[in-house]
Amino acid sequence: MSINNNQLLRFTTAGSVDDGKSTLIGRLLYDSKSIFEDQLEAITDTSKKKGHDGVDLALFTDGLRDEREQGITIDVAYRYFTTPKRKFIIADTPGHIQYTRNMVTGASTANAAIILVDARHGVIEQTKRHAFIASLLQIPHIIVCINKMDLVDFKEEAYDTILRQFEEFSSKLLITDVRFIPISALLGDNVVNRSENMPWYQGAPLLHTLETMHISSDLNKVDARFPVQTVLRPQREGFIDYRGYAGRISSGIFRIGDEITAMPSGFTSKIKSIQGPTGELPEAFASMSVAMTLEDDIDVGRGDMIVRSNNKPDASQDIEVMLCWLHNESAKPRAKYAIRHTSNEQTAMIKEIIYKIDINTLGRKMDDSSLNMNDISKVRIRTTKPLMVDSYRENRITGSIILIDENTNETVAAGMVV
Amino acid sequence: MSKYYLNYLDELESEAIYVMREVWAQFQNPVILFSGGKDSIVVTHLAKKAFHPSKIPFALMHVDTGHNFPETIKFRDDLIKELDARLIIGSVQESIDTGRVAEEKGKNATRNALQITTLLDAIESNKVDCAIGGGRRDEEKARAKERFFSHRDDFGQWDPKNQRPELWNLFNGKHFEGEHFRAFPISNWTEMDVWNYIAREEIAIPSLYLAHEREVIWRNDSWIPKSEFLVIEDDEKVETKKIRFRTLGDITITGGIESDADTIEKIVLEVSAMRKTERGNRSDDKRSETAMEDRKKQGYF
Ligand SMILES: Nc1nc2c(ncn2[C@@H]2O[C@H](COP(=O)(O)OP(=O)(O)O)[C@@H](O)[C@H]2O)c(=O)[nH]1
Repeated sequence: MSINNNQLLRFTTAGSVDDGKSTLIGRLLYDSKSIFEDQLEAITDTSKKKGHDGVDLALFTDGLRDEREQGITIDVAYRYFTTPKRKFIIADTPGHIQYTRNMVTGASTANAAIILVDARHGVIEQTKRHAFIASLLQIPHIIVCINKMDLVDFKEEAYDTILRQFEEFSSKLLITDVRFIPISALLGDNVVNRSENMPWYQGAPLLHTLETMHISSDLNKVDARFPVQTVLRPQREGFIDYRGYAGRISSGIFRIGDEITAMPSGFTSKIKSIQGPTGELPEAFASMSVAMTLEDDIDVGRGDMIVRSNNKPDASQDIEVMLCWLHNESAKPRAKYAIRHTSNEQTAMIKEIIYKIDINTLGRKMDDSSLNMNDISKVRIRTTKPLMVDSYRENRITGSIILIDENTNETVAAGMVV
Repeated sequence: MSKYYLNYLDELESEAIYVMREVWAQFQNPVILFSGGKDSIVVTHLAKKAFHPSKIPFALMHVDTGHNFPETIKFRDDLIKELDARLIIGSVQESIDTGRVAEEKGKNATRNALQITTLLDAIESNKVDCAIGGGRRDEEKARAKERFFSHRDDFGQWDPKNQRPELWNLFNGKHFEGEHFRAFPISNWTEMDVWNYIAREEIAIPSLYLAHEREVIWRNDSWIPKSEFLVIEDDEKVETKKIRFRTLGDITITGGIESDADTIEKIVLEVSAMRKTERGNRSDDKRSETAMEDRKKQGYF
């Protein structure tokens, strides 16, 4: 079946409250026929009870009871739909100011971000914040959807103004691929079907854009990195000497015969075999889960990283990261945290807060050394043993860390290696 | 396009294998919750791949309501033999007999809610610190926010408002004594993905999923199979229909749909044209709009 060659695209959605995010997602799911009859009946009933005329598509994405009661979305929820061209995963994150952490979470695995702007209001502080987070998390593709075009008579000027506003401030951000689409989520213009109300817009509708954008170079294919999750030692008939290093390739390509180095020990060997999910392979590449065997019996275990000998990451105990604080309990100065980086876990201390980002102006605050929920700061971290890191810009997997408070076991912060 | 990209099923497969290996590395005594349904069968199949050529390192835990399809039990026992794995059974009948729970009464009585106690007891008495489930986020709206690694407190409860953020693929399975985790390797799969994968991998599944003739009654908008546990009302008529099941739960509440799909390929075609969610045929979810969420908070699968 041809669908089996289709790729998976993960995207996240961001917008201020009432920009129409829930309506847009509902519309995408509805027009791509991903809403089932019984779900539709349920939201039709609820729409009636709430006194809406027609079906409120936004209700479809409301998840848990508390939110249904408060009428707001408070956490990341995942939605799925498939078209004949691709499978999609939406990380649906709310737009409230205080929920930076949700957007960061949803953005961490996304190929693309949809940023919603209300055509009547133009680019606002919140839009800048969302674009900043998308660039910080290095989401490869950004689609700015200018929504509610029906409320500005589908006029091109409204679109042009917002496009200019956005480009003006985003030139300072690290965004490589940005597109602009004028839509009406409510009426469906340029969501799945091309709008007849906006003949001046020559580009593709949103769904077509999502279906065709080039994503196979989103993953780093250059730097071969293989963090070891666990070692397989079957010790049974036929596999007595088998010692397989199991993990998921973070980036790059590994081939049988490649000269590799196990870090941090520095021992070298060659790849003898690669076991993929469907059997023995001559080569394997990023995001595949495999088990490798090596020519030599060297000591490699969980937390170690196998890399090609001619291209190694930094092994360092001092790293600088952009840290987003995720927990409502603020950071304690000089406290110790568990740090997790790929399959490696060490103890870490935040040595210095270099600056904090003012999320409103996107400027730097040099004299604020607190780390509170939703703060994004550049910090220096010291770990007890070296971590094998790449910069996040080059590698989203080997350039990311989380901090865990060992008194509560809670995940308290997420960081991107500078 | 370069050849170095994965199609969506390979991507989902590698993700699930990664999750399973993380579970193995981060926990002392993880098990697979095995219901005999297609999702837990797929999870078991993925576990086999994740640890090949080692044998699957997890025991399979089955919460047995006593109201099973006989086919499910046979399938389970055959699989256990094939995998050479350990089976842990939590028995709802035993929970009733020892007074841990009381049987529901009436025509719509089910043992569904009772399973929660049996499951949590089995987790506790076997010192299980992570139970791997076949839950998918597309199944039901309360599951849409579930994490890959989902923390449960020492009462086995889920607090949807206090979940650990999960970024990239960095899973935090740290927990205190007495707490446990649920892990969901196929979180990102849809019903369609599961069927496409079963077809691609030629995974054996219970014959109940394929269309077959069966004695049934029409109740709660679906065909409920006649069984020794079913109380048939005077106004209900037993008929013979060609049906299949989209999910497998208790025989008393799992409704079938009329279908001619008697091969996996035909099921794939039928599911892709389907206009109702699979849980739509389960009366346990119909009790209220938030039925699933309420059960999940208490510690349901
Ligand atoms: N006129 C018009 N109204 C819209 C459009 N999109 C959303 N809305 C309305 O804007 C309001 C907020 O939408 P909602 O999707 O709940 O916003 P969210 O808070 O971003 O999820 C609702 O009343 C929608 O019906 C649009 O394209 N045109």
